[in-house]
Amino acid sequence: MDIVVLVKQVPDSGLERNLNADKRVDRDGSNNVMGELDEYAVEAALQLKEKHDGSVTVLTIGPDQATETIRKVLAMGVDKAVHVSDEAIAGSDALGTSSILAAALKRQDWDLVIAGAESTDSGMGVMPHMLSAHTGAAALTGARSLEVDGQTVTVEHQRANGYSKLEAQLPAIVSVWDTINTPRYPSLKGIMAAKRKPIESLSLEDLGVEAGTVGEAGATNEVLSVEARPERSAGTIVTDEGEGGRALAEFLVNEKFI
Amino acid sequence: MSQILVYVPDNSRHAGEILTLARSLGEVAAVAFNEEGAAAAAEYGATTLYRVNEPQVDSYFAAPKAEAITSIAQGQDWGGILLPGSDEGKAIVGRLAVALNRGFLTDISTLDSDGVARQDIFAGSRIVTSKVTDGFTIATVKAGAVNAEPAPSTPSEEAVDVSLSDDAKKVSIVETVDEPAGDRPGLTEADVIISGGRGVGSADDFALIEKVADSFGAAVGASRAATDSGFYPHKFQVGQTGTTVSPQLYVAAGISGAIQHRAGMQTSRVIVAVNKDSDAPIFSMADFGVVGNLFDVLPQLLEEVEKRK
Ligand SMILES: Cc1cc2nc3c(=O)[nH]c(=O)nc-3n(C[C@H](O)[C@H](O)[C@H](O)COP(=O)(O)OP(=O)(O)OC[C@H]3O[C@@H](n4cnc5c(N)ncnc54)[C@H](O)[C@@H]3O)c2cc1C
Ligand SMILES: Cc1cc2nc3c(=O)[nH]c(=O)nc-3n(C[C@H](O)[C@H](O)[C@H](O)COP(=O)(O)OP(=O)(O)OC[C@H]3O[C@@H](n4cnc5c(N)ncnc54)[C@H](O)[C@@H]3O)c2cc1C
Repeated sequence: MDIVVLVKQVPDSGLERNLNADKRVDRDGSNNVMGELDEYAVEAALQLKEKHDGSVTVLTIGPDQATETIRKVLAMGVDKAVHVSDEAIAGSDALGTSSILAAALKRQDWDLVIAGAESTDSGMGVMPHMLSAHTGAAALTGARSLEVDGQTVTVEHQRANGYSKLEAQLPAIVSVWDTINTPRYPSLKGIMAAKRKPIESLSLEDLGVEAGTVGEAGATNEVLSVEARPERSAGTIVTDEGEGGRALAEFLVNEKFI
Repeated sequence: MSQILVYVPDNSRHAGEILTLARSLGEVAAVAFNEEGAAAAAEYGATTLYRVNEPQVDSYFAAPKAEAITSIAQGQDWGGILLPGSDEGKAIVGRLAVALNRGFLTDISTLDSDGVARQDIFAGSRIVTSKVTDGFTIATVKAGAVNAEPAPSTPSEEAVDVSLSDDAKKVSIVETVDEPAGDRPGLTEADVIISGGRGVGSADDFALIEKVADSFGAAVGASRAATDSGFYPHKFQVGQTGTTVSPQLYVAAGISGAIQHRAGMQTSRVIVAVNKDSDAPIFSMADFGVVGNLFDVLPQLLEEVEKRK
């Protein structure tokens, strides 16, 4: 089974994040990491390969520095990488991103595409369904479990108050939540092996995507302004010396919750 | 006045919120696939109701509804299209945008008649205003961002017949399992939420959090550290990769207040924290905080609540 895993390099969600003067994500510096949910996608792909053989390819769109994330994914055990990088991609919206990813997916054979349920920076959670609309492959998103048996893929789609069991035939696109597995760490051997694994670099021209339809030129939306969320003003903090629960009850009575 | 197309999934509070926002922008045409959606459309002032008749729509995942909504959207010039900020809303919006080849915004919390929307980004630490440049906004609306205000109407009904394509039938819904929520309200519907974190220490001790929740008629929430440790089921996780909540009162007990947790609860009206570490970041956003052991503070709170009943 041939699997493509989608990975996006994003600013670390545990650190200060902002937009830059061009109102794009500030990706400078060393604060970039692999999208958190993408690690679970990589792990899911590796587990399926261990069971069913075949190959795993990581596909990413991003500037040069995204190579760091590709290296990490290769070190986890993925076989090879496709890196789409082009100045003209900067400022792409979801529509533009989906057409580039779809063009890259059309260049190779695959049975399954696995992505994170949402990226950690924009959290839109739309890409797998957009790619399904572009490629015609089935989309089974928000998976908390994933199984492939012959040509049939089954997932448990996590919902707010339960789950739904979804089933489709390959080829399919699946996105996963962090409840699905525990991602492995790259081993030292994996890190050494990653250095020799192939990374194919592609431009928009290689993909046959018209530059004007993506990037800022093709973007269908615009950020007008950015501001920091106003800090909540700090309230009353008491230290419990035997009366803490009562003080809290009093506060809640005054606020009419009791 | 422009016409706003709204997908109404059910008769939840969120459905009312989207319809209320749509009403502030123009005349509302609602799309419903079931009785609950139709009831919400009438309760919240839709003037037109598209009733989609396709019994198979719930047999397959997301694509049939996207296809039906796309065919309605293609029929006319809309002032905008609004969808719920749920998994399903996101699945539909992505498919709709590709089919119509138009841009869209996700998770908006406001939208004005010029198409300018507000989005909370980066775990809510930044607020951006943005717009779709071709002057026609497709957007998913964040749950809890708008105050739902009923405005009963008698919408004119239009039956829509669709015949699903083979593509729409690729993903079968084999089984739907509702995990019992018990007698407590759901996280997104609750006015009060009592949440426990790693500080609760064990699954057994979550009984204390449940007891406090029940004394307030509240929902129970949990941090990711608590769900990862198996103290409480994952579906109760509040935060960036869990549920985003916006109750009147949010009580965080034994929760440090990591940015990913704060992202899911920072728009709660009143926030209370109980934590034994006075340096825990959660205190910086609490309206009322108790520095102390939750196993001392919460039982005493319970006692006071019972006294007043
Ligand atoms: C804070 C913020 C808000 C935004 N809001 C909007 C908006 O409202 N409308 C809009 O059109 N655009 C918006 N964008 C831009 C949009 O996010 C980007 O165009 C993005 O590339 C689209 O993918 P996503 O990360 O949102 O996809 P998601 O659907 O959230 O990503 C799901 C998964 O798809 C895969 N994936 C996503 N991007 C890539 C990639 N570049 N390479 C490989 N795999 C990938 C990953 O596995 C990821 O986990 C926003 C961006 C940011 C940072
Ligand atoms: C991409 C990403 C997404 C994430 N999404 C989420 C999310 O959706 N939701 C979420 O919650 N987290 C999320 N996290 C995890 C988050 O970063 C934190 O790890 C998590 O919120 C910590 O949970 P906690 O506060 O319960 O645990 P801890 O940080 O371990 O804090 C426990 C607290 O309990 C206090 N305590 C201990 N014992 C007691 C006692 N007896 N009485 C009172 N106080 C006590 C301690 O002082 C401490 O402050 C995410 C992380 C990442 C990277």
